[in-house]
Amino acid sequence: MLSNRHIMTMDDLSTEDISLILDTAESFKEVNERRIKKLPTLRGRTVINLFLEPSTRTRTSFEIAAKRLSADAINMTGSASATVKGESLRDTAKTLSAMACDLIVVRHKYAGAPQVLAECMDAHVINGGDGKHQHPTQALLDLFTMRAHTGRLEGLKVGIVGDISHSRVAGSLVPALVKVGASPVVIGPPTLMPARPDVLGAEVSHTLDDVLPELDVVYLLRVQMERSEGMPFPSVREYASLYGMNATRLERMKPDAIVMHPGPMNRGVEISSAVADSERTVVLDQVNAGVAVRMAAMYLLLGGADSGAAA
Amino acid sequence: MEYRTKAVVMDSEAIERAVTRISHEILEANKGASQIALVGIVTRGARLAERLADRIRTIEGAEVPLGLLDISFYRDDVGVRLSPEVHRTDIPFEVEGRDIVLIDDVLFTGRTIRAAMDAIMDYGRPRSIQLAVLVDRGHRELPIRADYVGKNVPTSGKERVRVLLGDDDGRDAVEILETAGEVE
Repeated sequence: MLSNRHIMTMDDLSTEDISLILDTAESFKEVNERRIKKLPTLRGRTVINLFLEPSTRTRTSFEIAAKRLSADAINMTGSASATVKGESLRDTAKTLSAMACDLIVVRHKYAGAPQVLAECMDAHVINGGDGKHQHPTQALLDLFTMRAHTGRLEGLKVGIVGDISHSRVAGSLVPALVKVGASPVVIGPPTLMPARPDVLGAEVSHTLDDVLPELDVVYLLRVQMERSEGMPFPSVREYASLYGMNATRLERMKPDAIVMHPGPMNRGVEISSAVADSERTVVLDQVNAGVAVRMAAMYLLLGGADSGAAA
Repeated sequence: MEYRTKAVVMDSEAIERAVTRISHEILEANKGASQIALVGIVTRGARLAERLADRIRTIEGAEVPLGLLDISFYRDDVGVRLSPEVHRTDIPFEVEGRDIVLIDDVLFTGRTIRAAMDAIMDYGRPRSIQLAVLVDRGHRELPIRADYVGKNVPTSGKERVRVLLGDDDGRDAVEILETAGEVE
C-alpha cells in the first residue's frame, strides 16, 4: 500500500513506497516476457491518459501498462481535446470525473497541473510530466534500471549531465536518488544550473571530465534543441565537446559504469552515435522498465482498499 | 486478533508420510513422471512442491519440472485489499500439453486455486491441471476439489489453520488455531 493516493512529485513517495514499486515492478517485468502479456488485475477500471503536450514514449508506455493490466485505457491528446476550444483544466477534470474514471495520467506544459486535477476529481492522479517541474515515473524506471544493472542503489554515484534547471527528469531523479541513499552529482555549464543547485541535495560540478572516473552511472539529459529562447551555450559543437558522451569519455568511465538517457536522444549532441549504440548504454532497458514500473504504480494505486468507491 | 494453538493435527512424521503417499498417488494417476510438472503456490505451496519433487526423484529416479506461482495479480479481491507482498512467478518449462499438478498448503475457499488456474492458463494450455494440498479444511465457496489430500481437517470458520514448513518456520507442523479470549 502506498502512503499517498497520487503520484504527482517524488514528495508523494516515501523510501518504502519506492522499494515497494520497484519490487512489484520486478514481477510485472516477468509478465512482459510472457507470450500472453496480459493480467486480469484491473479489469473494469478506467485509465485516462490526458496528454496535453506531445509525447510518444511516455503515453505509449502508460497505455501499454494499463492494457496489460486489463484496465480500459483512453488517450486524450491536446489537439483532440476540448482544451483547444478553450476549456479550462478544472472543467476538463470535472468532466472526466463525471465519467467516473479511476486514474488519470496527465502531461501538461505547466508545473502544478496534476495538483489542479487532483483537487477537483476523485480519481488517482499520476504525473506524466508537468512543465519543468517533475516526471516521477521516469525517475522510478531509472532507479529500476540502475538497480537491475548495478545490483544496488545505496551509495551509487550518479552524474546527471545537462540542462538541470529546465529538466523535469532531473527534477524527479535528484530527489529520488537522495531518498534511496544514492549520491547524485549534477553536471553542466553554469547557465544550465538552477540559481541554488545546493538545495537539491546533490553535488555540483561544471566539468564532466573531472567527475567522470568516479561515476557509476552517467545520466545524460536531452539538450532541448526546440527551445524558443535560444541556446544557453555558444554552440552545439562546444556543448558536445565539453558535456557530450563520446567514445573517448566512455573509455574513462569505471569499467562497470553505465550510460543512461531518458530519450529521445540527440545523436551527436549529448551522446555520440558510437556511445548510443554501445553495450554500456542501457536506454532500451529504461524503456522496457517503464512499462513494468508504470504497471506497478497503477496496481498499487488502484488495488488498494481506499480507492474508487471507498474513497 | 490473538490466536492460540488449539491442536496439532500433523507433526513432522505425519507430513513426511503424507508427502510420500501423495508422491506415489501422483505417479500412479499419471502413469509415471514423464508428462507431469509441479507448480507450487508461494510461499508454502512452493516449499511443499520442492519436497514432492525430491520424493518423486527418490521413488521414480525422474527429474520433474518445478515452477513457482504468485497469484497476487489474479485475485478476485484486488480493490478490496492488496497482497502484502508480491513474489516472483517462475514457470521455467512449457505448460502446453503437460499435466500440471498445482500444489498449495491449505485448501479453504477455493479462490486461490481459481486464481492459480487462470494464471497457469496464461502460460499455455496444459493437458490437465490437478490439485495437491497438505490440508483440506472445508468451507469451499467455489466448485473446486483436490485430487491429492494430505489430511482432511474439519474446522470452524472462526479457526485458522497454520502450516509450518522448513527452515524459515523452524519446524514442520500443521496446527489449528482459535481466537484467544472472548469471541465477539
